[in-house]
Amino acid sequence: MIEVNNIQKRFGEQLVLKGISTTFSPGKCNMIIGKSGAGKTVFLNCLVGLVTPEEGEILLDHRNIVPMSQKEKSVIRKEMGMLFQKNALFDSMNIEENVMFPLDMFTNKSLEEKKERVNFCLERVNLVNVNKKYPSEISGGMMKRVALARAMVLNPKYLFCDEPNSGLDPKTSIVIDELIKEITEEYKITTVINTHDMNSVIGIGDKIIYFYEGEKNWEGTNKEVLNTDNENLNDFIFASKFLKEIRNLNKK
Amino acid sequence: MFVLSFLEGVGKYLFMLRSTISKPEKVSMYWRETVRQMYDIGVGSFGIIAIVSVFIGGVTAVQFGYKFLELAFIPMWWLGAIVRDTMILELAPTITALLLAGKIGSNIATELGTMRITEQIDAMDIMGVNTTSFLVGPKIVGGVLIVPALVMVAMLLGTYGGMIAGEMGGFYTDQEYLYGLQDDFRPLYIRVMFVKSIVFPFLITSISCYKGFYVKGGALQLGKASTEAVVISSIAVVIANFLIAFIML
Repeated sequence: MIEVNNIQKRFGEQLVLKGISTTFSPGKCNMIIGKSGAGKTVFLNCLVGLVTPEEGEILLDHRNIVPMSQKEKSVIRKEMGMLFQKNALFDSMNIEENVMFPLDMFTNKSLEEKKERVNFCLERVNLVNVNKKYPSEISGGMMKRVALARAMVLNPKYLFCDEPNSGLDPKTSIVIDELIKEITEEYKITTVINTHDMNSVIGIGDKIIYFYEGEKNWEGTNKEVLNTDNENLNDFIFASKFLKEIRNLNKK
Repeated sequence: MFVLSFLEGVGKYLFMLRSTISKPEKVSMYWRETVRQMYDIGVGSFGIIAIVSVFIGGVTAVQFGYKFLELAFIPMWWLGAIVRDTMILELAPTITALLLAGKIGSNIATELGTMRITEQIDAMDIMGVNTTSFLVGPKIVGGVLIVPALVMVAMLLGTYGGMIAGEMGGFYTDQEYLYGLQDDFRPLYIRVMFVKSIVFPFLITSISCYKGFYVKGGALQLGKASTEAVVISSIAVVIANFLIAFIML
C-alpha cells in the first residue's frame, strides 16, 4: 500500500506538484494520466525517491520515504521495480546479465539458482532463447519485456512504470499491459503506471488519477473514466477526432 | 560567474569522491568491476603506450646525441643516464598519463554519460545500488592499480628504445649505454615516478567520471563532456606534474 499525503514539489519558481494526496492498493494497477507537463513523471520520481518533495509525505507500507537519507532509501528500493520509458537496459550486458544484475548485487544465490530465477522471469514475460543477446539485438517490445523481467526478478512489493507502451505498436502494447496486470495480481504488487495510452487505461486500470497542471483533477475507475463530467478530463480523453466521433455516435 | 561555477564544480567533484567511499553492497561485484576496469585500461592501452615509449626513448637519445656530437668534451655514455632520468622522471609517467587522458578519459566520460542520458544510472539507483560507489569507485581503483605497471613498462621500453636508436645512430655501443644507465642512479627518481603514476590516473579517472556522471542533455552535451574530460584531465596532469616535481625534488 502506498499513501501519498499532500505532496508539493517546486522547480525554481514553478510549483510542479500542488498538494497531491491519494492511495495505491496492492494487487491493483493504478494509472496516472494527464497531458505532457502535468507533473506525472515528477510524481512518479517522488514515489521512487529520485525527487524529494518539499512538503507532504509518501508512505510505503507506513514508512515515510520523504525524510529518508539515500542510504535508507537504497534499502527500501530493493522492494521496488521500475519500468522506464526508454527501458534503461544496461547496453554493455546481455539479456541474461541484465536480468541477473539485481540478483548478483543483492543476493547470495548460487549461479544455478540465479540462472533458474532469470529463466523463470524471462519465461514469465514470454521470452525464450534470448539470454545471450544484447539489448541492441532485440525489438522494442522484447526490450520492454526484458525490463519487466528485470523489474520483477527480486519479487518487488511496488512496481512503477513510466509510459510502458511508449514506442510500441498497439498489439505489443496490449501484450505488455496484460503482462503487467497479470504480474500485479499474481504477486499482489502495488503498481503505479504513468501513461498517455487510453487503451491501457481502459484495459487494465483499476484506479485512474488524472493530473491537470500539477493537481489531482479527477480520480476514479476505468468504468467511470469514459462517463465523467470533468471537462478537462474529457478534453484529454477525447482529444482525437476518432474518439470524439465515437462519443457523438454513442450520444445519438 | 566563472569563479562561482568553478567552485560549484569543485564542490560537486569532492562530493562525488566522498560518496564513492562507502561499504559495497557486494564486494565480489565491486572487485569484478575493478578487474574489468584494470583489464580495459591496462591491456587496452598497452599497445599504444609501448609503441610511443620506444619511439620517445629513441628520439630522446638521437636528439641529445646529435647535440653531444657538437660538444665533443661530453662523453657519449652520458646519453644512457640522460635517457634513463628523462624516462623515469618525466616521459614515462607524463606521456603515459596524457595518452591515457585522451584514451580512457573520453571512454569513461562517454560510458557514464550514455548511462546517465539513457536512464541506466537511474535504473541502478532505483534498484538500491549506490551508483557513485559502484560506477566511479572501481574505475578510480582500477586506474590507480594498473597505471603504475604501465608506467614501469613505458620506462623500460623507452630506455630500451634509447639504446636501439643510439646504436643505430652510431652514438655509442651497448656497453657504453649500459654503463651510462648505471651511473649516478638515484632511487628518489623511482619514488617520484611512482607517486606520479598513482596521482595521474587518480586525476584522469575521477575527473572523467565526474564529467560523465553528471552530464545532462543529449548527444551534443555528451560529446562536450567527453572533450572536457580529456582537456581538464590533461591540464590537471601537467599541474600535478609540476607540483610533485616541485615538492619531491
